Amino acid sequence: MKLSALAERRIIYSVLFVAVALPLIFPIGWTTEVSEYTRMAYQLIESTPEDKVVIISFDYDPSTMTELQPMSEAMIEHAFKKNHKVIATALWPMGVQMAEQAFSKVLLDYPEKTRGEDFVNLGYKVGGMVTIQAMGRSLPEVFPKDTQNTPFEEIPMLKNVRRLKDVAYISSLSSGVPGIKEWMMVARDNYQVPVTGGCTAVSAPGFFPYVNEQRQLYGLLGGLKGASEYESLIGRLGSATTKMDAQSIAHLLILIFIATGNIKAYKAKRRKKS
Amino acid sequence: MKRSLPLIFAFVVGVIVLLSEFIPHRPFNQIVSTLEQWFMIISGFAILLGQISLIRMNTHKIYHRLPDWQYHLAGLLSFAMMLIFGLLWGMQETPGLLGSGAGIAAQLGSKPFDYLFTNAYMPLSATLFSLLAFFIASAAYRAFIIRGFESNLLMITAVIVIIGRTSIGTMLTGWLPESLEFWHIPNLADFIMEYPNSAAQRAILISAGLGIVGSSLRIILGIERSYLGGDK
Repeated sequence: MKLSALAERRIIYSVLFVAVALPLIFPIGWTTEVSEYTRMAYQLIESTPEDKVVIISFDYDPSTMTELQPMSEAMIEHAFKKNHKVIATALWPMGVQMAEQAFSKVLLDYPEKTRGEDFVNLGYKVGGMVTIQAMGRSLPEVFPKDTQNTPFEEIPMLKNVRRLKDVAYISSLSSGVPGIKEWMMVARDNYQVPVTGGCTAVSAPGFFPYVNEQRQLYGLLGGLKGASEYESLIGRLGSATTKMDAQSIAHLLILIFIATGNIKAYKAKRRKKS
Repeated sequence: MKRSLPLIFAFVVGVIVLLSEFIPHRPFNQIVSTLEQWFMIISGFAILLGQISLIRMNTHKIYHRLPDWQYHLAGLLSFAMMLIFGLLWGMQETPGLLGSGAGIAAQLGSKPFDYLFTNAYMPLSATLFSLLAFFIASAAYRAFIIRGFESNLLMITAVIVIIGRTSIGTMLTGWLPESLEFWHIPNLADFIMEYPNSAAQRAILISAGLGIVGSSLRIILGIERSYLGGDK
């Protein structure tokens, strides 16, 4: 039976839809192996002493939240566990809301953490790399107020924080430009502040060269797999772990599609020859 | 004059910023700090410019009833709605022109802007990005065909990385003894990402870096003038 290209496409879409939906409704609970990249990011946060001020930058928008939001929640939770004071910043306009949502979710398990004392959302600032450079010189000049309109000087946890050098590490959850690369180029290379973070699976191969002996990047969480690995390291059963089942099935299905496509092409070639 | 002034500005500013990297002391650090603030202010205006451009383009298409004008109308209405709600009642903790809209917020559970952002913008945006999975599956079926040595190599690498990045890879070769752990599929995938991939990526990055240095120098020296508009 010869199917038209449109019919084939419809079959592919329908099968993929079912294959992704089923594991989300009925989770399988497959485990993933923790990669060195994720372990390195985890170690950086784990080894940072208590009460240190850290930056988590929300450099993404809702389009990539499926991959990046579980990472941000896991990293905030880890920082809270270690009693770090978390500054949220955003180089993307929608990052502000993403940060608020991540905080509100993690706060359900950490109700004792208070805004201003344990975490703060400084909001969005336009300018990308230049903004980070300016933060290196003076944080209050770039962020005079937080998203609650509280002046920088009146936020208790920022009492001893004047510039980027005063933070213990920076974690950028990034889905493009500006993002992790800009943080690394300025904060790490110019001010020697350790930088780690996470990105979408599709952009991860471009960042792996920076995880090197010079520690330009302290590890990297790549896509949903990175997020689920991080969740398993901190002992959190988050959304990434559940979604990994669906992603594994989808990957397997894509392999089946590739094999089917090749068999079809091979048959067509033989038919042509004969 | 209209062309000479921007060229002089670009040259002076470019040279100052360049010098400040080598002489991070007065007066260069102070000038660069001021320039950074200017950059952020100008970038803010770029957002405004983008919004004006969005309104102009969409209005033009709707007014002239160009193909698919209905979508442009929907886009413009959505933009206006978010803008109006944001201006009237603000977002999150920031009040708007009419205050914080406690009555509406009590009914909706959050401010109108936040309600729309969470319940309309976020799911729509995530859905649009997720559609990529369907296109990738369809493209893999049609285009990922073995035709020669290179495509064969690409296929084998892709299969290892795809399986290695899932839980299935762990299950398939998890039983291998420690002496053969290199052949464990997730380890193979990591090896591919760490060595062949990183080597190729580094080559690309170094070339791109050199390209950026070259084009920056061309802009500073006034050889590259396309940013002025219309000039080749």
